Amino acid sequence: MAKPVAKAKGETLPAKTKSASKSRGPGDNSVSPDQLKTFYHDMLLIRRFEERAGQLYGMGLIGGFCHLYIGQEAVVVGMQSTIRGKDSIITSYRDHGHMLAAGMDPKGVMAELTGRSGGYSKGKGGSMHMFSREKNFFGGHGIVGAQVPIGTGLAFAHKYNGGNDVSLTYLGDGAANQGQVYESMNMAALWKLPVVYIIENNRYGMGTSVERASAVTELHRHGEAFGIPGEEVDGMDVLAVRAAGEKAVEHARSGAGPYLLEMQTYRYRGHSMSDPAKYRSKEEVDKYRSERDPIDHLRKILIDGKIADEAALKAVDAEIRKTIGDAAEYAQHSPEPDPSELWTDVLVGA
Amino acid sequence: MSIPVLMPALSPTMTEGKLAKWHVKVGDAVKSGQVICEIETDKATMEVEAVDEGTVAQILVPEGTEGVAVNAPICILAAEGESVADAAKAAPAAASAAKADVSNAAGAPKAEPPPALAAPPVVSAPAAEPEWKGKTVRLTVREALRDAMAEEMRRDDKVFLMGEEVAQYQGAYKVSQGLLDEFGAKRVIDTPITEHGFAGLGVGAAFAGLRPIVEFMTFNFAMQAIDQIINSASKTLYMSGGQMGCPIVFRGPNGAASRVAAQHSQCYASWYAHCPGMRVLAPWSAADAKGLLKAAIRDPNPVIFLENEILYGQQFDVPDDPDFVLPIGKAKIERPGKDVTIVSFSIMVGKALQAADELAKKGIDAEVINLRSLRPFDTETIVNSIKKTNRLVSVEEGWPFAGIGSELAAQMMDHAFDWLDAPVKRVAGLDIPLPYAANLERLALPQVENIIEAARAVCNR
Repeated sequence: MAKPVAKAKGETLPAKTKSASKSRGPGDNSVSPDQLKTFYHDMLLIRRFEERAGQLYGMGLIGGFCHLYIGQEAVVVGMQSTIRGKDSIITSYRDHGHMLAAGMDPKGVMAELTGRSGGYSKGKGGSMHMFSREKNFFGGHGIVGAQVPIGTGLAFAHKYNGGNDVSLTYLGDGAANQGQVYESMNMAALWKLPVVYIIENNRYGMGTSVERASAVTELHRHGEAFGIPGEEVDGMDVLAVRAAGEKAVEHARSGAGPYLLEMQTYRYRGHSMSDPAKYRSKEEVDKYRSERDPIDHLRKILIDGKIADEAALKAVDAEIRKTIGDAAEYAQHSPEPDPSELWTDVLVGA
Repeated sequence: MSIPVLMPALSPTMTEGKLAKWHVKVGDAVKSGQVICEIETDKATMEVEAVDEGTVAQILVPEGTEGVAVNAPICILAAEGESVADAAKAAPAAASAAKADVSNAAGAPKAEPPPALAAPPVVSAPAAEPEWKGKTVRLTVREALRDAMAEEMRRDDKVFLMGEEVAQYQGAYKVSQGLLDEFGAKRVIDTPITEHGFAGLGVGAAFAGLRPIVEFMTFNFAMQAIDQIINSASKTLYMSGGQMGCPIVFRGPNGAASRVAAQHSQCYASWYAHCPGMRVLAPWSAADAKGLLKAAIRDPNPVIFLENEILYGQQFDVPDDPDFVLPIGKAKIERPGKDVTIVSFSIMVGKALQAADELAKKGIDAEVINLRSLRPFDTETIVNSIKKTNRLVSVEEGWPFAGIGSELAAQMMDHAFDWLDAPVKRVAGLDIPLPYAANLERLALPQVENIIEAARAVCNR
């Protein structure tokens, strides 16, 4: 069992978290220069997608709740690089980044945000409820914590089917206080299910800080009652995420049971679009943005390691802008769902 | 090309706001994600971040301006390589173009007259099963349920059973007797007492293509799990545009048992029947139990299967055929009659039949309908019966308010109003938590005499 990493309580900015898994630099052969460039691309794609989603929301083109992932990009991009084939992914309602990392088409995701027929759920799910069987992405769930038993059930099915596929089950620090999370951890440990629980600790469950919500703020220790090894990870460093993720996924794949990763991360935007985020200081947000930004961090590795120059990164940026521009265009011009869609997909074969 | 920045909406209901403060001035370079201004709404002050990069060419709305409409251009950015002066010159055109763009994009939902299509598709009930002429065996409801599961588990290795005490203990009510021996611990799984968790786990397994049977020791405990049943199992197909089917059966005893008091004695029929996205079945006889449970396990949708503890030990004739499967959504006329229709389900079907025998002695010929399926609901069979009898009594064990009987009465207002010669009469449990004392419990639950009384009242005899 990994040793829990001690952390001072009440610390306002847990600067660089010390992961048991060391962040490996570009000199490490386990992450190729091409992979590093892919990570950069994928994180920037999520960032730009979310910025555009925020803009479309501001224009009234996206309705309802819209939870942006800006700031947390390193978590999904790092974790996605550790899985393969039929491994499954499930998360909560802050899900746009997970879908893009899983390889879902930005057009289909954006068109779902605008409630159009070209969206992944034909416009019937919206921001919080999207799925792709093809990419083994099982949602997008709107009830805090509900995805955790479901993700554990995906792991149950992986084991039942006899392969060695793994379920990545993401939850936030807010969900980490839900009873069903612990019911799931118990069963996963009892039955040695191949699931990696990834707590994305962005420090606030809506407006309530972890310190005000959890009696034990070291969320990676929340599986201890069930003997689940846990590890705190610097979720702003994609390489640290990948290193910890590889270990956790291998643990689950080997049949040793569940593993818990606590990603120390930060969301720059409010809980949802309509959250003015008065529960935290502007200085705190600025400090994360200027000192801990996951994309800037990787950018520096790429430049300092001479893996990519400014011109190359600018080209990546331009390509992504075009992809996002096309997605936004598609999302605004894909037709609204036909009224007959009201009555479809209520039941299979009825 | 100059880029207009528009007044953003910060919540679904915002239509205008105050531009409280600018953080940039003309000539400043702006990066994606940079805070450029602050906006005040009636609820909060929020920062506006730039999406596009460029240089501020012109500020169109000065700070302090109130009532700025959402989507009005508030400033102009010069794109890379463009001079600030050129961008500012192009501003009015850009601004109006931006406006036009937004209206073209059909962003805000337009108020449209409700389309004609917004009525539910008419789904008629399936054909009734042919009358069984073959060999039958005498089985208890308990044995019929076990046989149904065993046969379906032999037929499809994706089917498994999980729940509290289903394996080693052989079932809290011995419904799963023998299944562990035949199918092993991989497919007959004892769970911890953790209804919300294992119901959700079952839903995940079903999303992944397995066919779980989730047993609740009683449906009272499924209240712990109802979020997973409704929000996850029954809604995800719709919310995924048809991608995420959930073939799962939630089964167990429902309603009052005997002397177990209020928390262990509740009928959930109307709770579940209220919800789209799943099927709700409530068998009475052993043949119902077997034929419907097999249908439920084969069905690609979530199915709520409401059993009854008191019925478990009752014996009935059951067709002796592993392919005996009943249609979901078809009621059964258990006793034909011409004077009054008595509609019921689960344990109350037996009481209704007893009442009918007593009524016959008084010269009232009652038709007894066993609903079997509460969703879908076989309105057609009931309407056809009313056309014959012109009188309707509903019988259920659950509470009267917003119960199955209430729905039945409303359905008949829609479909059989002209055929009714008397108001629909509901017989239901009393509107109280079920008491423990034997005499009070008997008074709180519908009895044969209550049904007789109701039937005589609608017949005016």
